[in-house]
Amino acid sequence: MLPLASSVDFSLGAELAIALVLGLGFGFALERAGFGSARKLTAVFYLYDMAVVKVMFSAVVTALVGLAVLSGAGVLDMSALYFEPTNWVAQIGGGLLFGAGFVVGGYCPGTSMAAIATGRKDGILFALGMLTGVWAYAELTPGLDEWYKATAAGELTLPGLTGIGMGWWAAGFVAFLAFGAWGMGRLEHRFAHLRPRA
Amino acid sequence: MNTLVHPHAGTGVHPEAAVARPFMNPYLAGFLLGLVLLATFAITGRGLGATAGFAALATGLASSLGVEHLQASGVHMKYWNDGAPLLNWTLFLLVGALAGAALSGWQAHRIRWSIERGPNTTDGRRLLLAFVGGFIAAYGAKIAKGCTSGQALTGSAVLNVSGLVFMGAVFLAAFAVAQLVRKEWL
Repeated sequence: MLPLASSVDFSLGAELAIALVLGLGFGFALERAGFGSARKLTAVFYLYDMAVVKVMFSAVVTALVGLAVLSGAGVLDMSALYFEPTNWVAQIGGGLLFGAGFVVGGYCPGTSMAAIATGRKDGILFALGMLTGVWAYAELTPGLDEWYKATAAGELTLPGLTGIGMGWWAAGFVAFLAFGAWGMGRLEHRFAHLRPRA
Repeated sequence: MNTLVHPHAGTGVHPEAAVARPFMNPYLAGFLLGLVLLATFAITGRGLGATAGFAALATGLASSLGVEHLQASGVHMKYWNDGAPLLNWTLFLLVGALAGAALSGWQAHRIRWSIERGPNTTDGRRLLLAFVGGFIAAYGAKIAKGCTSGQALTGSAVLNVSGLVFMGAVFLAAFAVAQLVRKEWL
């Protein structure tokens, strides 16, 4: 029964080895997609290259369909997965800040690894800014963690809120991706003049 | 077809270096990333993340100021891990990601020293903005309990409202702020 961690008691060494191997795949996929490049990443906000949305959306759909199939087949227990409780103010406020930092800095935390691995000096500076930022949060505003817990709305999922099962949502996301792929192609054509020339 | 591998500010580009290969088809790369995410769920019961790795490293560095210093912050204590903050799952994931990206970049001849920016700004300004952006993104991720990996990807894949709302807020702000920093990128 999956997830493995609910039935197998991994040692710390085994857990960290798993993290390294999964990280290898994570970084490989990010670099393959071109996410070591800040201009490729920020291009999505000028609509001439929608790769960020294409990659993220197809990754979400792949994992979502996989989870729906595995849990439908009785192989995976969805209730054993971890769900971050929703805190509307935190996700909206933090998300707005994060979005601003993303387009100003050019990367996000995961993609900055791909940038550093491929020699981007701005990727190194972004990661140093990240490190300073998480340090400042721990030093200056540690109380925000307590506030999050006290004001969270709890575990909210789309199937839980709507009563519509995960399989239907997965099918809907696939259809939305197909429609989105068509729309993104149109956008890229329309804003092609912004694309940098080599 | 790819025009982004030779940034305007590229330094140390050797003319004899092998030509960088184009990036993978984005839908195929997304499928690959989705398989990694699915495997992470199937093995650990949690998804991917990145910010927690930075947080653990920050706590590890701050521990040089003494444990009493860390005890003043509940956030530091969360990553203290009984004196081994660096043995953090997400930090090891990041180290793996660094190696995986290096492997991919090396195989496709995409590794070179460069600073990515548009033609209308300077290297110094770009490096400063990269640092400032990293700081702001870190604060946002800490408040929202996750970043593009831990909230947007992981949360959306399990139809968690927190991840979907976070993703919406990220794109909204990034589209708006992108208009203010056009000179950095275009």
